[in-house]
Amino acid sequence: MNKGAYLRTVFILFLLLCCSALAAVCIGRLSVNPLDVYQVISSKFAAEPVIDETLEALDTVLFKIRIPRTLAAMMVGAMLSLSGAVYQGVFKNPLVSPDILGVSSGASVGAASAILLGLGMIERQSFAFLGGILAVVLATAIPKLLKIYSNLILVLSGIIVGGFLSSLLAIMKFVAEEQTELSAIVFWQMGSFAPIDMKEVVAISPVFLIGTILLMGLSWRINILSFGEVEAKTLGINVRQLMGIIIACASFLTASAVSICGTIGWIGLVIPHLARLLVGSDHTKMMPVTVISGALFMLIIDTIARALLTVEIPLSILTGIIGAPCYAWLLYKQRANVF
Amino acid sequence: MILEVKNISFAYAGAPTLFSDISFSVNRGQIISIIGPNGVGKTTLLNCMANLAAPKDGEILLEGKDMKRLKAREIAKKIAFVPQFIIPSFSYDVLSYVVTGCAPRIGTFEKPKQEHYAIAQQSLEQMKISHLAQKYYTQISGGERQQVSIARALAQRPKVILMDEPTAHLDYGNQIKVLKIIKELAAEGYAAVITTHNPDHALLLGGEVAAINSNGQFIFGSSRSVINEDFLSALYGVDLCLHHIPGIGRDVCVAASL
Repeated sequence: MNKGAYLRTVFILFLLLCCSALAAVCIGRLSVNPLDVYQVISSKFAAEPVIDETLEALDTVLFKIRIPRTLAAMMVGAMLSLSGAVYQGVFKNPLVSPDILGVSSGASVGAASAILLGLGMIERQSFAFLGGILAVVLATAIPKLLKIYSNLILVLSGIIVGGFLSSLLAIMKFVAEEQTELSAIVFWQMGSFAPIDMKEVVAISPVFLIGTILLMGLSWRINILSFGEVEAKTLGINVRQLMGIIIACASFLTASAVSICGTIGWIGLVIPHLARLLVGSDHTKMMPVTVISGALFMLIIDTIARALLTVEIPLSILTGIIGAPCYAWLLYKQRANVF
Repeated sequence: MILEVKNISFAYAGAPTLFSDISFSVNRGQIISIIGPNGVGKTTLLNCMANLAAPKDGEILLEGKDMKRLKAREIAKKIAFVPQFIIPSFSYDVLSYVVTGCAPRIGTFEKPKQEHYAIAQQSLEQMKISHLAQKYYTQISGGERQQVSIARALAQRPKVILMDEPTAHLDYGNQIKVLKIIKELAAEGYAAVITTHNPDHALLLGGEVAAINSNGQFIFGSSRSVINEDFLSALYGVDLCLHHIPGIGRDVCVAASL
């Protein structure tokens, strides 16, 4: 694909993302006119704020609820999709998703322990984050203990750690008090942006920015890693060091995303495929497209989740119902030459 | 002297010694064919030279420096490796694939620039396959893939090109084509070290032969001096004949009637 066509694709996706963000801010139980959004935002930056009661109510809705939620949905979508794309690249396997090294299971165990201990929201998020990181540390420690370094062993370790943690989670669910704790764990696992405000957005943005910038910088090296360890090494790459950096970035991205909104399936698997269909397999091109499409997809899903019915629909239900058929369609479209 | 293999031996973890006390050197414009029966460690020897496997004892010097102490990037500037076959998980176009040969000269957080694409184009021209540049790697034939892999090795601007069974998986015509390419590369000054299952290929290439027999013994010398009927028959454990064919002016290695 030539540069012009690529830039056009990126531009169109970015435009779609901006429009969707504006729409997401306007849509909801209290629907807002885009012009009013403009007024509220510009009055924030005006020297003498205009005092208007309806605008003040809007101000609360926008800045306390919708804008943080929109930002969070975009970041989480981008983070999960990007780590999915990167893992698929370095593990040379288009079937890999961001939880390959046990991040989601670890985060679930972390969140569930916080729930069982009766802790609050901040602790729940921190526990989920730590649980996710701890799971990856364990999964990467197994090959070191065995002194066998290969991607296959690493993936198997991820499965071992994930399986073990899933059982731990099952024990926690088993002992949980049905009405309160169990339902809290189950809801957490289905994912939701409902409890999000600006503080979560601020908490994950540094990880989002640093992780994304680092991985984008390494995108061409990820192409080389996708040829396999032998080729990467003979092309002068310090494979273990580079893999370490990439796994650390992708794990921090996934753990931060999962910690604020619970586990969300499918997006990390499907969006990289969509990006490859749009711009090809070259990671220097498909990774930026993955980030924008991931943000767009998550934003659309979350807006449907909160606006379709009077109750909030858990995100994983929608990502599965929409993501799975999309995935089938993508496989049909790319059967010719992407793999 | 570009590469110097000094008294190396190798053993896989928990297994008996595969080969020991192997020494030889690789010079500019030289072709070395590593031959021997299955399982004696031809590919392992090549992997040691590519820094993919570490010898148990002995050392390999790259331009006088112990390879163990060199960074992968430094080694890759001098030694290129053409793997036996490549099964790509993702399809890249040929030019994007060949340009990865420039990786040792591109910073970790950088992407290839115009100059690197120019080098890649030039390597494709050198292999006379410029027409493949925009094709997907998954869409070209086995023979073309081998040529593309060699083109990538050339983009590395190496001094030595190591090839693991470059003729395996190729039809007869493509086998001969690849051998011809190897010969041309040597004439241009590259050193080439290949492994092969066909002693006739070693004869066709001329140059040196590095043979490992099933007892792990190492024999090195010019193909003309090393290769004779008794030597080959003992090496492979079957009756092999060496005949001079006046019409083509070379010795040919063929099997006796079954």
